Amino acid sequence: MDQKGVSLMEPILQGKKLVKRYGRVTALDHCDFELYPGEILAVIGDNGAGKSTLIKAVSGAVIPDEGEVRLEGKQVHFSSPLDAREHGIETVYQQLAMSPALSIADNMFMGRELRKPGFMGKYFFQLDRKEMERIAREKLNDLGLMTIQNINQAVETLSGGQRQGVAVARAAAFGSKVIILDEPTAALGVKESRKVLELIQDVRSRGIPIVLISHNMPHVFEVADRIHIHRLGKRLCVIKPQDHTMNDAVALMTGAKEPDFESAA
Amino acid sequence: MSETSPKPNDYESAATGASATVAEFEHHGGFLTRIQHTLHQNPALVPLIVLVLSVILFAVLIGSNFFSPFALTLILQQVAIVGITAAAQSLVILTAGIDLSVGAIMVFSSVIMGQFTFRYGLPAEISIIIGLAAGTLMGFINGVLVSVMRLPPFIVTLGTWQIFLAANYLYSANETIRAQDIAEQAAALQFFGNSFKIGGAVFTYGVVLMLVLVAVLAYALKQTAWGRHVYAVGDDAEAAELSGVQTKKVLISVYALSGLICALAGWVLIGRIGSVSPTSGQLANIEAITAVVIGGISLFGGRGSIVGSLFGALIVGVFSLGLRMAGTDPQWTYLLIGLLIIGAVAVDQWIRKVSV
Repeated sequence: MDQKGVSLMEPILQGKKLVKRYGRVTALDHCDFELYPGEILAVIGDNGAGKSTLIKAVSGAVIPDEGEVRLEGKQVHFSSPLDAREHGIETVYQQLAMSPALSIADNMFMGRELRKPGFMGKYFFQLDRKEMERIAREKLNDLGLMTIQNINQAVETLSGGQRQGVAVARAAAFGSKVIILDEPTAALGVKESRKVLELIQDVRSRGIPIVLISHNMPHVFEVADRIHIHRLGKRLCVIKPQDHTMNDAVALMTGAKEPDFESAA
Repeated sequence: MSETSPKPNDYESAATGASATVAEFEHHGGFLTRIQHTLHQNPALVPLIVLVLSVILFAVLIGSNFFSPFALTLILQQVAIVGITAAAQSLVILTAGIDLSVGAIMVFSSVIMGQFTFRYGLPAEISIIIGLAAGTLMGFINGVLVSVMRLPPFIVTLGTWQIFLAANYLYSANETIRAQDIAEQAAALQFFGNSFKIGGAVFTYGVVLMLVLVAVLAYALKQTAWGRHVYAVGDDAEAAELSGVQTKKVLISVYALSGLICALAGWVLIGRIGSVSPTSGQLANIEAITAVVIGGISLFGGRGSIVGSLFGALIVGVFSLGLRMAGTDPQWTYLLIGLLIIGAVAVDQWIRKVSV
């Protein structure tokens, strides 16, 4: 994508001067955040920098004390993750939020099941299993998760990478505007991480912007279009991976180096 | 952090020779593994097998006295109340909870039905509706305490068990309403005691209610979004919440429905014993949990089927009647049921290993 053009576009998801305090701790200190259409924005920061609070604030899991969240330029007030989801923001949590004993199809449609058309669906609330299975299979195939043979197998029988794949597929299937991924490769092996990274790029190529929270610098530098560096509760700067080394990013993130270039926030 | 690799992919190049597939499913393992897998898929299968085997066992031991339509349907009649309360208990246990107040709700509801008819002179039908509503309310209170106040279900229902039971004694002043009076003045209270015959088989309406109830709940759990949510909440409540299940509503609905079903059991109880007695149904709690556990529903929640609980109740019924007909000391029944409980939990643990 055209990196120069990014700043001319309107951000799809934006946080303005967000503040969140927990008692005497200020987790977010007038923090700004912008996600532009079609990009992968990585969010990095040391532990305790407040990046998960930032992500929670823009995904509805935390209600900020001050500041505003804007979706497509319009101010929004998310009361819960469910609320944000209804606005088209899907979050894949680190713990994946899946029910291990239930099937892949059940999990993909958890909380938004389809009912059978007609009498049985209307009066007996019967689920349209065939349709849900068909869509689930289609979405998994779309993302190249062909190794999953049986859409009715329980999620607990899947490997870590496959579970992550299902979670990303679920987000991609329903996240119409923004997908937020929290440490998607943290628990995975090398090969599985690769699959998930491919999946992320695949999702971007469909035009859905992604927020990627990760500690893994090689992964961040590989897939991100821009990197939001978070320190001490606010955005320190945004860098482009091609202009900086991983050393720079780590130095900035830990405070070993101050931003002295034009991308400082 | 690697500081020397400008290209992020470099460290992965070592893996390029490796096969590109991620975690294929290997179908090694023999007969036992396949059994384990099948049981994992069909949790009601174990209790069904045990049920069939125990019927065959007693049929061989006792002969046609036991293996007759009359005796077999007698078992159904005897387990009707346990079966119904076990259905309520199953719902709660599927959410990884437990409801120790099922027996108390059942008895208190039946007392309310009786007292509203005889003390206040309301038509029996109205009293029954009030009794059912009272049971639902008691379950609702459990649900609110568990989901909104976030108290552990065991503690909540341990408390409400005492409260409902004490309220039951206080309200009824320990009075029993005689069967004869009910039959004369409020036959509707004994409705579920009525029976019909098909050949030698005798079915009470209570038995029919139990079977219909289990069928309806099995459908709701399997075929509706609500049912899937019940399993999801029991499996991992936090994950369910994050994937968009309104866990509080699900929990409250489950406990309230459990209360309603227990009140129905209370109505059936009047039909079964004829009278309305505040001291009846003392063992209902333990019997319901026993049936659920033998029926293969995991106490950790999220696994099992309600049909299994019905089989569990029937297994207990078969052993009780079979051993009594064989003329053994009733303590043998309890001893064997104790063994069955431990066996059932052991099998549950073994089946769960499939998921690791």
